[in-house]
Amino acid sequence: MSPARSGRMIGVDVGGTFTDVFLLDEAAGAVQVAKVPTTRPDQSGGFLAGIARVAEDLGTVGTVVHGTTAGTNALLERKGARIGLITTQGFRDALEMRRRDRRATWGLRGDYVPVVPRDRRFEVPERTLADGTILEEVDIAAVEAAARALIDMGCAAVAIAFVNSYANPGNERRAAEAVRALWPNAHVSASAEILPEIREFERTSTTALNAYLQPEIAGYLDRLEGALRGGGFAGEFLIVQSNGGVMSVETACRLPVRTALSGPAAGVIAAGYIAECAGFSDVITGDVGGTSFDVALIAGGASRLAAQTSIDFGLVVRTPMIEITTIGAGGGSIAWVDKGGLLNIGPESAGSDPGPVAYGRGNDRPTVTDANVVLGRIDPDRPIGGGLERLDVAGAAAAIDAHVGKPLGLDTLAAAEAILKVANARMAGAIRLVSIERGHSPARFAFMPFGGGGALHACALLSEVGLARAIVPRYPGVTSALGCVIADMRQDFVQTLNVLGDALDEAATGALIQAHADEGMGLLNASGVSFEARDVVVEFDMAYVGQTHTVPVPVPVVVEGGRVTPPSRAEVAEAFDAAYRSTYGRLLPGGTRRVLNLRTAVIGRRPKLDLALLAPGAGASAEAARQGTRRVHIGEEWHETALYDRLTLPVGAEVAGPAILAQPDTTILIEPGFTGRVDRFGNLIIERAGA
Amino acid sequence: MAEIDPVTLAVLAGRMEQIADEMDATLFRSAFNPIIAEAHDASHGIYDAETGETLVQGKSGLPIFVGVMAFAVKAVIEKFARHGDVTEGDVFIFNDAHIGGTHLSDMRLVQPVFRDGQLFCYLASVGHWHDVGGAVPGNYNPSATEVFQEAFVLPPVRLYRAGELQQDVVDILLRNSRMPVSAQGDLNGQINALGLGVRRLDALIDEYGAETIDAALKALTERAGRLMAAEIEGLPDGRWEAEDFLDNDGISPEALAIRVALEVRADRLTLDFTGSAPACQGPVNIALPTSIACCYVAIKHIFPALPANAGVMRQIDIRVPEGSLLAADFPAPTGGYTETILRMIDVIFSAAAQAIPERVVANAYGTINALSIAGRRSDGRRWVMFSFYGGGHGGSLESDGLNHGNAPISTATIPPAEILEAAYPVIFRQWALRPDSAGAGMHRGGLGAIYEIEVMEEMGAQAFLFGERGRFAPKGVAGGGEGALNHFSYQTDDGWAEPPLVSKMVGIALRQGQRVRLETPGGGGYGPPGRRAPEAVARDVALGFINEDAATESYGDAWKGARA
Repeated sequence: MSPARSGRMIGVDVGGTFTDVFLLDEAAGAVQVAKVPTTRPDQSGGFLAGIARVAEDLGTVGTVVHGTTAGTNALLERKGARIGLITTQGFRDALEMRRRDRRATWGLRGDYVPVVPRDRRFEVPERTLADGTILEEVDIAAVEAAARALIDMGCAAVAIAFVNSYANPGNERRAAEAVRALWPNAHVSASAEILPEIREFERTSTTALNAYLQPEIAGYLDRLEGALRGGGFAGEFLIVQSNGGVMSVETACRLPVRTALSGPAAGVIAAGYIAECAGFSDVITGDVGGTSFDVALIAGGASRLAAQTSIDFGLVVRTPMIEITTIGAGGGSIAWVDKGGLLNIGPESAGSDPGPVAYGRGNDRPTVTDANVVLGRIDPDRPIGGGLERLDVAGAAAAIDAHVGKPLGLDTLAAAEAILKVANARMAGAIRLVSIERGHSPARFAFMPFGGGGALHACALLSEVGLARAIVPRYPGVTSALGCVIADMRQDFVQTLNVLGDALDEAATGALIQAHADEGMGLLNASGVSFEARDVVVEFDMAYVGQTHTVPVPVPVVVEGGRVTPPSRAEVAEAFDAAYRSTYGRLLPGGTRRVLNLRTAVIGRRPKLDLALLAPGAGASAEAARQGTRRVHIGEEWHETALYDRLTLPVGAEVAGPAILAQPDTTILIEPGFTGRVDRFGNLIIERAGA
Repeated sequence: MAEIDPVTLAVLAGRMEQIADEMDATLFRSAFNPIIAEAHDASHGIYDAETGETLVQGKSGLPIFVGVMAFAVKAVIEKFARHGDVTEGDVFIFNDAHIGGTHLSDMRLVQPVFRDGQLFCYLASVGHWHDVGGAVPGNYNPSATEVFQEAFVLPPVRLYRAGELQQDVVDILLRNSRMPVSAQGDLNGQINALGLGVRRLDALIDEYGAETIDAALKALTERAGRLMAAEIEGLPDGRWEAEDFLDNDGISPEALAIRVALEVRADRLTLDFTGSAPACQGPVNIALPTSIACCYVAIKHIFPALPANAGVMRQIDIRVPEGSLLAADFPAPTGGYTETILRMIDVIFSAAAQAIPERVVANAYGTINALSIAGRRSDGRRWVMFSFYGGGHGGSLESDGLNHGNAPISTATIPPAEILEAAYPVIFRQWALRPDSAGAGMHRGGLGAIYEIEVMEEMGAQAFLFGERGRFAPKGVAGGGEGALNHFSYQTDDGWAEPPLVSKMVGIALRQGQRVRLETPGGGGYGPPGRRAPEAVARDVALGFINEDAATESYGDAWKGARA
């Protein structure tokens, strides 16, 4: 066992409602999970309470890995720091002008408030051209004056973003040095240090959001680390990034913008790993939350990375992140009939507060969860989480009658089935979007529901989309926390090159890759974590001249003894042709290749957890798991349905539908015609009976 | 007609929308030309076998195409299907804007879909090609007086005959484009999108049966009509009028009136454009299909939840006078159609705001501002930087207007200055919000922008501008004020100069180091300025969005004591 694995590992995922904790004790061959309410606005209370539930003595814990929504929430609620921006003369408003987009195609309503208001955005004389030539040296006195003004305005952080600094960061670097000299402050973000990539709005936005988050996130992580150390913790504290890899807490404090989608990313990483161990490397994950359904596709064991995302209108973060497609159809999504007589689900949601009608907290419009309650799929006497005693079935039925049944001329049960049918159809649409529409046949894929609500809809989605099977992980409610424990450490680098393929300077490109590799390896070394392997992965963003959409072009590079052997122009050209052909099916005869960006990822592979640890122990037995029956409405009739305690089912147990499997964090519905089987890791594999 | 249960209908509505969306996505991904790939200037949908009316349309295409594409299908029905002259495997293609609406850059492909030997419906694809011949590259010719100076005109002809590609037609198309590689790429993309649509629709029909799908399509049209009727019934009965003007047609200086009377009677709405200017010499004419599509765009902005389905239009009567610039006959030039439809949307908003001010936003900046700067490099290579520029949106009941938004007929984003500077020998000296450009109001308009561009190429450059709103400002609604006028100027050896026709000019010669400066309009304001919170005014002053004197003139003195 490697030193980093000595002792115990804890993954903590802080979500909107719950903080999930996963403890792995490899030496003892044991795992433990815990779920505590998330504390707001300061998430550290729930974080520490959750850890306390699984580990009394932090001195025995080797590693704590944290997936956090602190950054996302600070952006969505606009609760970042008071910051300033220093930029090139003439470009003060680029941040506020965005890319000249609007909130929604239809309606033309709404405005936009940037995270840095105009009076805290200062211009300084300086100019770099697109080819890197410095047309005008930066006016350092003007930079200093701007920094002083921002200090006087009470700013806690500053972003510096100069036009074309991706091509030559000289002016911007000198400005950053001047600001740092005058203003001893760890929170100075320079755009070329954070994202040396062409496109001034995206670079400026990412840099400004980094500065906006820095004081908050650094303070939050400091508090957590201080509390952990105070409790005797002497191991490594790591943070999950949006790209699904982890980084050291020092890196996270410097680049907090990389945590923007930290929590969901860890869940996808875990899902991919669980599925792969179970023997399925093609999987589509589906997380049914209160307001949304989040889908991600993993093909051949690899999840797709998106280059950027908008956290909210105009809040653009450009940093590689696991691609997750979201539609507004979750458990709390409201069902309604429009004036044209069509049944709709969402996008309006009752969320978790007031929540579904059945929660009895004042919402009177029916939700997807209410339909599940009325049809007996959710046990009204044992609601999941939330601290409720009992669910209000009659209230849910009345709301369904009033808002769906009556306008459509359906009785309560038919109306509830209708709600589920339309909700399932919408979820199926999201699955088609990430699979069929990207050229993947769903029949090859397993569906992995995680989060609290997904496993109720698994069989319906298998039928609707033609997926091969569903894999319900042993602890679907803590998948993201499990992902924290297994994620690799990863650093991403980018540099815009913007040259023709024939003019690619092999030596200079090699030097850039070397610099990225050196910095990345340095961060791996400094993290104190030990790795099974270290990889340098290189990709170019390329297109034909005249095209604006680039394709990612992976190019293998050899690293021996820390020395990078750069790819040749011919290898890059060949790799482009292969990537282009696989994307578009054909090459462009006579087209000229162009290299826009170089991307390097330095990955430290962490030892993998043996998932057999999660399997049910010797005490499990099918007999002990049986808990009688309940009437559940499926299709057009009631079925007397067998109930099981899911966690008590032993390895190898088979359960024929209809059946309900309950566990503290989720409810699984096996519909008639399907069979569930517990595999050797404790996953439930649901397939068509006889398949 | 088979009955369809409401649950199956809800499921199928989503499935069919997804087919149209996937056709959009297929073309966006594979198109070679950035106008389609980046600006999404394209659209796809499913159309009625008998009437050609829109049944389902993709959500991500250009708003103006929702409504105009039915005319492409109708054109094919009129010319071919009426005479029994369509066969399985046929695909038709054309760009004639007088038949299909918009302008000649938009290439339309129409494919009949057969089921068991019977015509079931049509699929169509439209995309803005990079170049379709004519006098100027890119086909935005501000001095055109006939369509022939704008582009080559292709009437509806067969691209495929019973599944067989008509290479002769492809050869004619490509030989008439300055960018044949791009044209071929876009054509392939559109063919792929239609092919995908046919496959997906076939699979859906296999799953549910042709009768059920047909019933669903008809039910969706009924539903769209009911939705529109319900919205109109919620409006007060009455008649409201509005007028506005285009600066000129780019040829002669006369302003051109656009007038509308909006009338509501029970569940029907009439838009009557009687009194609008006659057809003009220059390219701000539009064809009748464009006018009708434009009415749909304006209505959907007011009622965003309406579906993209012809049923909506059954509740609306549109009267466009013959011979007006809103129903111009062949071969009147239509290349600048964007300016005219933006003004139509403005007058519809202004009229509707009198009836239902809470549902309507003030006028947006109202011009596409097509600015081209082009020349040759020292080594002889040609360069053309052509882009549209943004401006302010109108204020609404809920909020101020959006600063620097895109045009209501489009969803296109602007390329980054860094991408433009890397590709062309220019440097942006200013890329900024334009102070004092917002219309005053309880909720002010959004700010317009200032773009100042310097030519770096020692060979110099030529510029042209096709804009509007240089003489008539974007209006406020519900008592709100006007946004600032569009203002364009350029440097000459004798200092800064302005175009004689204000917002339109060709042949502007620029030397190295000389600049053009485009200051775009802000949006109109919403509600009386007197009702704007003093704190909001003080904040605008502190941010430099408005100068102190202008603030006092529009809003009085109250802001001076307020906390920003």
